[in-house]
Amino acid sequence: MSVSRRQVLVGALASAPLFALTACGSGGGKKGGGGSSGLSAWALTGGPEQVFRDSFAAWNKANPDHKFTVQYFANDSYKQKIRTSVGSGNGPTLIYSWAGGTLKDYVASKEVVDLTDEIPNLTKRAIPSVLDVGKVDGKVYAVPINNSQPELIYYNKKLFKQAGVSVPKTFDDLLAAVKTFKAKGILPIALAGQSQWPELMWIEFLVDRVGGPEPFNKAFKQEKGAWSDPAFTQAFAKLKQLIDAGGFGDKFGSVVADNNADAALVYTDKAAMLLQGNWVYTTFTTDAKKWVDEGNLGWFAFPSVEGGKGDPSNVYGNPANYFSVSAKASKENQDEAAKFLDQYNLNDKACQELIDMGLIPAVQNIESKLKASKDKDFLLFTYNQTKNAKSFQLSWDQALSDAQAQTVLTKLSAFFLGQATAKDFVTAMNGTIK
Amino acid sequence: MLAKSDDRPRPTGSGKASRKGPSLWMMAPAMAFFAFFGLVPLVGTFILSFCDWNGLGSPTFSGLDNWTSVLQQSSMYHALWLTILMCLATFVVQFPLSLLLGVFMAGRQRYRAVLAVLYFLPLLFSATAIGIAFKNLLDPNFGLSSALHLDILQQDWLGSPTLAFWVVIAVVSWCFIPFHSLLYQAGARQIPQSLYEAAQLDGAGRVRCFFSITLPQLKYTIVTSTTLMIVGTLTAFDLIYVMTNGGPGDATRILPVDMYLQGFKSNDMGVASVIAVILIVLGLSFSLVLNRLSGSDRMESQMEGM
Repeated sequence: MSVSRRQVLVGALASAPLFALTACGSGGGKKGGGGSSGLSAWALTGGPEQVFRDSFAAWNKANPDHKFTVQYFANDSYKQKIRTSVGSGNGPTLIYSWAGGTLKDYVASKEVVDLTDEIPNLTKRAIPSVLDVGKVDGKVYAVPINNSQPELIYYNKKLFKQAGVSVPKTFDDLLAAVKTFKAKGILPIALAGQSQWPELMWIEFLVDRVGGPEPFNKAFKQEKGAWSDPAFTQAFAKLKQLIDAGGFGDKFGSVVADNNADAALVYTDKAAMLLQGNWVYTTFTTDAKKWVDEGNLGWFAFPSVEGGKGDPSNVYGNPANYFSVSAKASKENQDEAAKFLDQYNLNDKACQELIDMGLIPAVQNIESKLKASKDKDFLLFTYNQTKNAKSFQLSWDQALSDAQAQTVLTKLSAFFLGQATAKDFVTAMNGTIK
Repeated sequence: MLAKSDDRPRPTGSGKASRKGPSLWMMAPAMAFFAFFGLVPLVGTFILSFCDWNGLGSPTFSGLDNWTSVLQQSSMYHALWLTILMCLATFVVQFPLSLLLGVFMAGRQRYRAVLAVLYFLPLLFSATAIGIAFKNLLDPNFGLSSALHLDILQQDWLGSPTLAFWVVIAVVSWCFIPFHSLLYQAGARQIPQSLYEAAQLDGAGRVRCFFSITLPQLKYTIVTSTTLMIVGTLTAFDLIYVMTNGGPGDATRILPVDMYLQGFKSNDMGVASVIAVILIVLGLSFSLVLNRLSGSDRMESQMEGM
């Protein structure tokens, strides 16, 4: 073995962040990267994983000269992993993301390419509002690749009947329902407080129902003092009413969403309602098939708030997940990757597979296919939710920059625990806008 | 650490003779390793603490910005306070228990060996596995409480800001007491039996023996174990991250967790580096103070490899 001392030194340095520092002045990011020379993609395990596998397999069969190597990662650790890889120039050709704040960062540091003119077919297929989320400054940098993920309230029909409660249409109905369930010793709303992000859904919807999408849009655009909008304070006051009425019980802090403990509370008849994404539907149908077959699972859109400006059709959630094309890949690979996204991604076959899994692909004109599905009631409900939404906003923790998202989650969790006030939240969030 | 060869004091013989041994050059590979994987990242972290970097592109120099912003944040002081509190609390819980367990297990009877195996079990599991296991066991809805139908166990263990901190300390202690008892067991076994025999002739009882012979003889083991305990808590991350993610709110967000969240969740590597430097300083000062307090200027462990 003849490894010179210099090679060892270079090798050791390359593994340390110091290497990035030495590249400080020279602009950095010049090296080829992209892992191997071929096409590569990273996606998540679980959920529609099989749909990705099939799409890539179909492409690889048709394009033996430009094969994709695809790696699948667990959701939890993926976000850190992809960012580190992209940052160090070792990211894949196709970068899986939630768009939002992360995409903005990628665009700002020129990590991804402009796809605006590269995807004519997909532009026709995809739901326009979902496509919009992948745009930065009017240009497409990320395209939808799977199902649309609106949030809604699931409810336990058995418990509703038992307590004589009907589906709440307004916030006051909801509050009344909470009190009834509480009096009967039933947990009104299941909430995975330890995971923090499910708490976000409550304040997002309340802010929207009180003040429409504008207040958050201002915050998203980083306007100074945006969080001081009265809609936030009013929404927090409503939320406080729910918390104080015992809406979430007193043990939500121990409930974790990763293992679907919140859904389990509903299907074990311990809790009456659950505000979650439409992805939880598959949890119900797989983990509690018998319970669902007995007709115990119901769902409704988030109630309106009396006198609120927000349209009741407005939704929060993840419009979809997205693929961006790495700017570090060779021009040829970039073109091939764009071709894959345009032709193989969310094509008829992939859409049908998603529907069969109880998910709604983020494409237009699929009503007839949805009607033919065994889960048609749920699919049509969430599909219409997505399609008819006056505004479909991306969850705050995805839309905002990572640092802001962390502050939102921590402060909100403190609010739910009674350790912070709405004012603390507003002050902290205004402080993150530079 | 560099293991000194067999020069620890023995009941017979002086042992000092092996001092004149192999040349210092034999340390070179280890030193080179330490330089690359210890010192270089350390310097890198220090430089990074003066830069603005979100993990993408290249870092830009931002002067003292990170330092002033971290030192002005009340959240940093909260995390610092929690870290110190956790160091003290884990010490108060772990020290007496591991000392007693270790001394007890130093005995030679057979049943103690069986018990010792049981005590050491937590040491064999990875922190992540322990974290996930406890998280599920302590779940108020579907955990131990519902399995055993014991309502008393149905607390909001990891969800209540006041309880979570103590639950974390209990689990961390459960995890690391075996390791420290191991140190004490080895320490106690080195105490010459003749001391006890002499004491017994003088009419000393078990308690008297413990306080007058065992404890003083374990002095260096105590210093070593305490240093490891405190430095261990200072860098305790995995278990807490898995169990509570620093929450609820910021109830268990000690400095290492804060550092990780700032660096890899908020993607603010500059701020995370500042916290890392603070941690290094804290760890070094703690172990220096401990050394001073122990009355010896030299860190002289009786344990090999520690």
